[in-house]
Amino acid sequence: MNYWPLLGIALVVLGFALKLNPMLVVTVAAIATGLLAGMDVFEVISTFGKAFNDNRIIAIVWIVLPVIGLLERFGLQQQAASLIQRLRNATVGRLLVLYLLYRQLTAAIGLHSTAGHPQTVRPLVAPMALAAAEKEHGELDAKLTEKVKAYSAATDNVGLFFGEDIFFAIGSIVLIQQTLVTYGYNLTPLDLAVWAIPTAACAFFVHGARLLLFDRWLRRTKH
Amino acid sequence: MITLHWLYALAGAMFAAIALLSALDRSNRKRFGNAAFWGLMAMSLLAGDRIGDFGNGLLVLGLAGLAGFGFIGRSSPATTSDEERQRWSDRLGNRLFLPALIIPATALLGTLLYNHTSLGGLGWIEPKRETYVFLALGVLLALATIFIWLRPPAVAPLQEGRRLIDAIGWAAVLPQMLAALGVLFAAAGVGEIIGYGAQMIIPGGSLFLTTAVFGIGMALFTMIMGNAFAAFPVMASAIGVPLLIRYHGGDPAVVGAVGMLAGFCGTLMTPMAANFNLVPAALLELKDQYAVIKAQVATALPLLIINIAIIYFAAFR
Repeated sequence: MNYWPLLGIALVVLGFALKLNPMLVVTVAAIATGLLAGMDVFEVISTFGKAFNDNRIIAIVWIVLPVIGLLERFGLQQQAASLIQRLRNATVGRLLVLYLLYRQLTAAIGLHSTAGHPQTVRPLVAPMALAAAEKEHGELDAKLTEKVKAYSAATDNVGLFFGEDIFFAIGSIVLIQQTLVTYGYNLTPLDLAVWAIPTAACAFFVHGARLLLFDRWLRRTKH
Repeated sequence: MITLHWLYALAGAMFAAIALLSALDRSNRKRFGNAAFWGLMAMSLLAGDRIGDFGNGLLVLGLAGLAGFGFIGRSSPATTSDEERQRWSDRLGNRLFLPALIIPATALLGTLLYNHTSLGGLGWIEPKRETYVFLALGVLLALATIFIWLRPPAVAPLQEGRRLIDAIGWAAVLPQMLAALGVLFAAAGVGEIIGYGAQMIIPGGSLFLTTAVFGIGMALFTMIMGNAFAAFPVMASAIGVPLLIRYHGGDPAVVGAVGMLAGFCGTLMTPMAANFNLVPAALLELKDQYAVIKAQVATALPLLIINIAIIYFAAFR
């Protein structure tokens, strides 16, 4: 067996550890892996190019940026902040628990691309969470501001990852199904999607509990 | 029929306009680097099917070179000041949310209507891509609404879009690069090698240890490759199918579905999953690019243990 292509993985790990530019790390690792597997330079570059071209769907999400930027121009972030400041009893933690639930439920019915970091977290959730924190705890320093923003983004990820697989017509479910078929296990997507539900419920309770604890932690830190 | 290529054309046109505006932006010292970078993205989206695999490969090398050797820089297109924004916000109030809600509402209602009425039978849209198509429609409707209502300068959406995409920079392209890297790993047979190695380190017979190595392996390989999709075929061929399903008689649905979710726990803990962990840090202008990962670790680790427990208790009844 030719073990040399494993060096490609080592290059990725090393490149990231040295904080080299990830675009370069990935490119060098891809070319090295192909060459070590015995492809010639032309074949490696062509394979890499074809794979990039086949994954263009990933670039589509950026078409929302002009709308978000335009609304920011007219004060969207300021308005999100002022809206939440008028809501009584909305702590950061409770606000993010509600967003977690919203994200899991919409992802579970296949609407995972309707929310996300450019679409909802930057223009809505993060400013709302910051406003909620400042309403309860007063002006936040740079470190706490950063923490509240990071928790907003984290909540979006957790909600997405542990909601989307309940929807059966999604890439990961199709991939599991196709992989298992090659070993003779022919499952329906629904068989698999049902088993995403227990983890989804646990994710809600684990992350939700952390968000409520974050509230308590903020209270202790600021008062 | 509306296919993904319509969406590629829309996104490509946007990137082409951003490239042009970048080239004209004299305030940005690296304006030609930015123009070349977004220009290549436009070319990929508009002409990717016509320039051949090798042509696409050269295009990717160009993107990596421009990003990796510091040829692109952040721009600062003219926009409104914080004071102006506050005044607009005071004047417009909560109505400002409506255009933002048009995008998800269109994607949501469009997908539901298309799939649950006879509309879907007409075959207007490429199957399984409806949500993306309605997302794009929502973007166009939102833009039209803003123009009719607030009458911004004609070039404003592109300049504001450029402001945001330049703030993200090359991180906007990295996820697509990682997907391509996964394909190359597969073509080089990396999966088979890992599978062979993993099988050798499992202590024979212990169901619990095998389950744990499967779950932790999914998380670790996902962390290394930034993608649970790349890790799953490797761990399935290494441990999932031969040991958990065949030797121990596990339920393939539980092993497969929950195994993938164990991988997602890894996604929460790795900078390689740039679009989930690094892009938001850039979008939210965080100083620590790992701040989002740090906020996720204490959720990911307990969930990984829970996933291993679910496989252990549910797959072998």
